[in-house]
Amino acid sequence: MGTILTNAPAEPLGTVAYATADGLLGSVWLLVAIPLVSAAVLLLLGRRADRWGHWLGVAAIGAAFVLGLTYFLQLRGLENKSVELSMWDFITVGDLRVDFGLLFDPLAAVFVLLITGVGFLIHLYAVEYMSHDTGRRRFFAYFNLFVAAMLLLVLGNNYVMLYFGWEGVGLASYLLISFWYERPSAATAGKKAFLMNRVGDAGLAIGIFIMFATLGTTQYDEVFNSVGALGATTVLVLGLLLLLGATGKSGQFPLQAWLPDAMEGPTPVSALIHAATMVTAGVYLIARSNPIFSANTTLQLVVVSVGALTLLIGCVIGAAKDDIKRVLAWSTVSQIGYMFLGVGLGGGAYALAIVHLLAHGFFKANMFLGAGSVMHGMKDQVDIRRFGGLSKHMKITWITFMMGWLAIIGMFPFSGFFSKEPIIVAAFERDDWTAWLFGMAALLGAGLTAFYMTRLFVLTFHGPKRWTEDIEQPHESPKLMTIPLILLAAGSVGAGFLLASSVPDWLTATAGLGAQQEGHHAVLSHTVITVLSLLVTVLGAGLAWFLFRNGTATAPQPAGVLVTAARKNLYTDAVNEAVFEKPGIFLTRALVYLDNRGVDGLVNGLAAGIGGGSGRLRRLQTGFVRSYATSILTGALLVVAAFLAVEAGWLA
Amino acid sequence: MTELKLPSIDYAALAPTLIMLGAALLGVLVEAFVPRRLRHVVQLTMALLAVLAALTMVVLAADERKITIGGAIAVDGPTLFLQGAILVLAAMALLLIGERSVERGGAFVAQAAVTAESADDRRQAEGKNGLTEVYPLTTFAIGGMLIFVAANDLLTMFIALEVFSLPLYLLCALARRRRLLSQEAALKYFMLGAYASAFFLFGVALIYGFTSGVPGRPAGVDFATIDAAVTNSPASPVLLFAGMALLAIGLLFKAAAAPFHVWTPDVYQGAPTPITGFMAACTKVAAFGALLRVFHVAFDGARWDFTPVLGVVAVLTMLVGAVLAVTQTDIKRLLAYSSIANAGYLLVGVLAPGADGISGTMFYLVAYGFSVLAAFAVVTLVRDADGEATHLSRWAGLGRRSPFYAGIFTFILLAFAGIPLTSGFTSKFAVFGPALEGGQAWLVIAGVLTSMVLAFPYLRVVVMMWLSEPGESTPTVAVPGGLTSAALMIGVLATLVLGVAPAPLLDLATGAAEFVR
Repeated sequence: MGTILTNAPAEPLGTVAYATADGLLGSVWLLVAIPLVSAAVLLLLGRRADRWGHWLGVAAIGAAFVLGLTYFLQLRGLENKSVELSMWDFITVGDLRVDFGLLFDPLAAVFVLLITGVGFLIHLYAVEYMSHDTGRRRFFAYFNLFVAAMLLLVLGNNYVMLYFGWEGVGLASYLLISFWYERPSAATAGKKAFLMNRVGDAGLAIGIFIMFATLGTTQYDEVFNSVGALGATTVLVLGLLLLLGATGKSGQFPLQAWLPDAMEGPTPVSALIHAATMVTAGVYLIARSNPIFSANTTLQLVVVSVGALTLLIGCVIGAAKDDIKRVLAWSTVSQIGYMFLGVGLGGGAYALAIVHLLAHGFFKANMFLGAGSVMHGMKDQVDIRRFGGLSKHMKITWITFMMGWLAIIGMFPFSGFFSKEPIIVAAFERDDWTAWLFGMAALLGAGLTAFYMTRLFVLTFHGPKRWTEDIEQPHESPKLMTIPLILLAAGSVGAGFLLASSVPDWLTATAGLGAQQEGHHAVLSHTVITVLSLLVTVLGAGLAWFLFRNGTATAPQPAGVLVTAARKNLYTDAVNEAVFEKPGIFLTRALVYLDNRGVDGLVNGLAAGIGGGSGRLRRLQTGFVRSYATSILTGALLVVAAFLAVEAGWLA
Repeated sequence: MTELKLPSIDYAALAPTLIMLGAALLGVLVEAFVPRRLRHVVQLTMALLAVLAALTMVVLAADERKITIGGAIAVDGPTLFLQGAILVLAAMALLLIGERSVERGGAFVAQAAVTAESADDRRQAEGKNGLTEVYPLTTFAIGGMLIFVAANDLLTMFIALEVFSLPLYLLCALARRRRLLSQEAALKYFMLGAYASAFFLFGVALIYGFTSGVPGRPAGVDFATIDAAVTNSPASPVLLFAGMALLAIGLLFKAAAAPFHVWTPDVYQGAPTPITGFMAACTKVAAFGALLRVFHVAFDGARWDFTPVLGVVAVLTMLVGAVLAVTQTDIKRLLAYSSIANAGYLLVGVLAPGADGISGTMFYLVAYGFSVLAAFAVVTLVRDADGEATHLSRWAGLGRRSPFYAGIFTFILLAFAGIPLTSGFTSKFAVFGPALEGGQAWLVIAGVLTSMVLAFPYLRVVVMMWLSEPGESTPTVAVPGGLTSAALMIGVLATLVLGVAPAPLLDLATGAAEFVR
């Protein structure tokens, strides 16, 4: 282990410098402002905007996409492809200076295009999907708010701006998960998402404070240029805290439990937030902070381990679930595991992870919207054991979903093949035995993915009908829902090759990102790995086809240890409950008990309080002056004792 | 017989205090000589004008740095900044106190001496005009606070403490409705306040003993003498540490720090809501102003000794405030526990060494004062036939009934929770940053963790307001009069502006962050 856990810098760092934004790029703030204004208008106008509000929401995102594309094209012609727009000094305390500024560079640009592009299609789909919901205007307001916050997250030029966006998307996600708040499960899921995210957010906040304390700045360029001067332990702690934040937002181990529960929200929400964009914020954070993560090999090892572990957890649980959206959710957890694996490997693999992220954004949004379309036709049924044979009734949904399915399992020539296979290859390119560990994990994950996604696909669209009695004839969804599906399916087919051939070069222009690492040789040859990964994919898919082509039982069957554990989310919920929930509840109860009883108890037996008065008012009172005075006296004795102890030299 | 030598007095530097106390005395005369129906208008106008005049004098004296009136009063950056803060917040509180259209006759009792719950009491609650004595009482309290933050020796500080505390005890007893609760709160506050004053006074005596025998200096309780004694007094350090502890207890009581916070929930709940707001904003400023001066000027030499002890108090305060806020069912008690937790964050700022800690604490005080006054302004508006509906269950579904006020309250709660782009975020930043630089990382970690806990009760209220159906018992929100609207708007705007562009006020605080010694 000694050779792996070296705290030495992994590679030398280049200097990071940003150019000033001028000309057209000076208006890059519009990207955030347009959706934000639209959200404000929708919320403030109230019912008056009910008739046309959703179109305003769609138009705002469309406009942002067009603008984003324009800026993207502008950027291509520039010498230094990282432009910074400083708007005003946000906080100035002593030496601390936090800039309210934006950074538009290749990394931010591809995220902007993903968020606004996929976001636009999902908005369009939601117009129809939510058409029967009385809260549609409110839904679009929250949706626009989310997009604005997400754009702020990827466009900020320092960690504090990132934190603003981070909290903003957390808030919007909370509002949208509990959108159907009248369902108790939705309200609980919203709370769970909120609390688990807070754990991650605390990590990020403390990480940012450590930056202040050690570097005196949070501007990306200044942090990246001076991170090399920090001690190895500081970098490790800083990186682990940022990683904690990233795992919270991206649903990675150990904070993965909220993401599948978040599927209680409307399906377009699952597609946009919990599949295509917000959950990738963690990957963005690590990719953006790559000079920090590259500065310490232990840190990289931790990121890789988290990615590998999560991708396997996601696969195993995904194979045991019967709810169509939950299977997709666990597959999201697993696919983001691949991205973490990629960003953790460092060097050129950063770009591979981003490529997978973009490709995943397309095919996962495609499949989520497809699932929404199936549910739309099946009276909101989500249990895949009660589907079957839908290929005849929902042709467009079937074909588009098939594109997404082939893409996610990494079948040649769909996009997943071009984005996932290089990550598997990169996992084998390590110097020691960990190459085998992570490489085999990635390979095994590919096989499992093929198995459970094929299971999902076959049970939904093929085999005998197992519908509930109330469904006579499932119907295809209206045009407004199928057109986004078709466009996203086209992306699932073609995007992979385009992205894999162009994006890595484009991303190397991001300051500090994509510095190629030389000297590593894969323990297996590239061709062998490609053949192996295709082989396990075909095996997994074939096995699932063989098992499920004739449908399945409509009720849970008794199962072995592994399947039972997987159905129970591998007992991670039980661990959360025992580790976080129980002690928290106990602490609160204990303190309340102390406040109400303990202090009073000291003087128990004395007659009623000083005020007297009616029983109604009495019940509002919890304590008596005498017990308050006792508590003050006790505190005073303790404080005096503490000071005297300091004086005697016991505490100093 | 030696000639009596009078100390020189700089009246211009003392003008703000003198104006407030003068206005209070005039107010007493107004009570005696002005016809009853005119008193409300005359008193309110006079109080507001006095605050305005005092504020003008503070602004005019902005560059003043001196010690005057025989070393009793120090006029320096922190004094002027904090006096300005007290006056601005007090003006807002006066607007709330003067409101008479939300509830007929105002928030105060018409005759304090009527037996609570009697038939007479019910008659007065129906709409007789409230007492106008509240205005001179409030102006006295403001005057006392102005001296408190400027006091340059412990005796002056003690007298100022009493000058602003006694009117507050009375004001707490003057609620129009729920009289028993109000009187009980006042009595508790008075008894515990007297108890804490005794600690303070005992501390002063011990410190006086400690300062005797310093070469070349007579014994005394002015801060310069104490500062000199801390480094080279021949007396036993037991006197110093015991005295310092007792002094701290007296001040921490006013600041509502654990375990001296016990009075806070009961008093905040029982007192008339405008007075609660006044205490939460102005008393906090005064108490922390005094803590800053005592620990940065008098005991600076013993910094390494008091920091760990007060640090533990700060952590305990944050913990108690945050954890107990979770289970509160009354909005005023909830805000009281939140105010306790905020006292913990402020203590972090007090313990941060150097000018950055001072300026951060002062910024926090102003930002928090605006938000908390706005919060209590909303509380005065949510009411039914029996007065304010403070039980949280009554707030369910308020977002449907009155989206505008529920929206404003949501914004304020988000500010308390420290969400970015509100003053709650920038102010926490302003105290945690210097503390971290000063090597107090453990305090900052405790602060960040407890503010995560504290976000929960705030968001519970938000969720309740917006995501519950309004029930039969959901009260309506009264249409506020001009005065409350003005106070509410000032509070909300300040919360927003200090969150988005805090730099000007931070610069002002940084420029004022040096004590004269």
